[in-house]
Amino acid sequence: MTQAAFARAAAGCAALAGAASLPLFGDGYHMALAINIANYTVLATAWALFSGPTRYISLCTVAFFGIGAYTVAVLGELMAWPLVLAVAGAIGVALALVVGLSTLRLSGIYFVIFSFGLAELVRQLVTWFEVNVSRSVGRYVFLDVTQQAIYLQLVALAAVVFLVAWAIRRSRLGLALRIIGDDETVAQHCGIDAARAKLALFAVSALFMTLAGAIMAPRWTYIDPVIAFNPVMSFQVVIMALLGGPGRLFGPLLGVVPLAFLFDILSAQFPNHATLVLGLVFMAIVYALPDGVAGMLARRRRAGAAS
Amino acid sequence: MTAILALDGVTRRFGGLVAVDALSFSVAPGEIVGLIGPNGSGKSTALNLISGALAPDDGAILFEGAPIAGLAPHRIARRGVARTFQLVRVLPSLTCVENVVAGLAFRGDRLWGAAAERAARELLARVGLADETRAAAELTYVDQKRLELARALALAPKLLLLDEWLSGLNPTELQQGIALVRALRDDGSAIVLVEHVMAAIRSLCDRCVVMSAGAKIAEGAPAAVLADRAVIAAYLGEDAGAEAAADA
Repeated sequence: MTQAAFARAAAGCAALAGAASLPLFGDGYHMALAINIANYTVLATAWALFSGPTRYISLCTVAFFGIGAYTVAVLGELMAWPLVLAVAGAIGVALALVVGLSTLRLSGIYFVIFSFGLAELVRQLVTWFEVNVSRSVGRYVFLDVTQQAIYLQLVALAAVVFLVAWAIRRSRLGLALRIIGDDETVAQHCGIDAARAKLALFAVSALFMTLAGAIMAPRWTYIDPVIAFNPVMSFQVVIMALLGGPGRLFGPLLGVVPLAFLFDILSAQFPNHATLVLGLVFMAIVYALPDGVAGMLARRRRAGAAS
Repeated sequence: MTAILALDGVTRRFGGLVAVDALSFSVAPGEIVGLIGPNGSGKSTALNLISGALAPDDGAILFEGAPIAGLAPHRIARRGVARTFQLVRVLPSLTCVENVVAGLAFRGDRLWGAAAERAARELLARVGLADETRAAAELTYVDQKRLELARALALAPKLLLLDEWLSGLNPTELQQGIALVRALRDDGSAIVLVEHVMAAIRSLCDRCVVMSAGAKIAEGAPAAVLADRAVIAAYLGEDAGAEAAADA
């Protein structure tokens, strides 16, 4: 390991320790904000894991998140917590494989639309099931989990996401996805099984989104399909990842922190106009920062080194 | 010697258009075969059928005696068939070294890590690219062509498909390009060359297959087929074909 890599690893551990010690200092409001940031860090980094290199804009983050939350609502009181997480993860991966097999052949705008439609389909299916089979639209999640415990689980999950993303970026799979993102035809003629590589990453990404939903479920005591499968979450994840820069490991984090604060202020101050501002922020990001904050910083560094 | 590549009655239709019509030819190991013909005669479609970018509607394609028609392109690439594209296709956001590692890392006998980077630098030097740290998008057109060839060579191909790789080069670059292709053949690759540059065809090809409107109209040594009446007619029209016959 080079000295620079060692320094980065040490900085990462220090940041993780800092994030994990936060519950010792914050009050309830800060805890809620920290949970929000940790949750979106997991979601945006997991999103960028697949969509960053392949440039497939996925709008189905909330489909997996919601499935995680619902698994906990249904099984939370029946099984031990680690087992509940394992079942949630397995369902998320299974759905990702089925969806991936049928949709990852689509490219560009078709994939975007399909992924959005998928999230809505899952929401409608869950609603139908609840109304016709369970005979009740909402569910109560009575689990004895503190805010601190939720936060620490999310931080741990974020650490795992970063480690996995880091390992994939250095692997042949990571290179394969960057090649696919540049030119899928060339990728295939280099011997890359493009369909399998995309499917594998889509499933890994979905696993983390599902687990985030499962960990977050006890926060709400009451959930229904509208809460658990709220499409705004999918859009927020895309905006955060794009603002930060989906092509870099810590890029999404740079977008999550400022936007989590911004959305928090917006929803408190302008509850009726938050969606409008969300759209404006999205447009501003795409125009002003096409590679995100991380890309801009890298460009500045290169320019500084050149002059 | 058995052929490394054999096409037998290969046909591909696009709607009502028969782009490749019952095409049959074979390539021996170490041979350079030119695939020539006027624009729209189906040469690039034929390459796409061999490399797996398209599946034939009919006919058989054998590589080293095994059928490959309709296999996914990555499977054909792993067996040892590499190609370049008519409109040069590099991976713009990757560096030159990474572009070549793309070819090394996923082939049957794969290379990764430091060994792959070393091999990539050697291949870049071989095609005449010295500065390998730049992003591929920053290269000139000619250097992008070189990079694309290095990526194809990274697959250690037994059969190399070059789609107008020598087009658009200036006279000096053309001479270097011709020498490079010849050196590749001497290393043991069989090569199928789709080309319009006649100087390259004459000096490189052992044999030419001439296509017109999707079908093979002539096959033989370059000098012989280029003087063939049907070939001249296909390129220049019926009158020119008749005149050439009268001159002969």
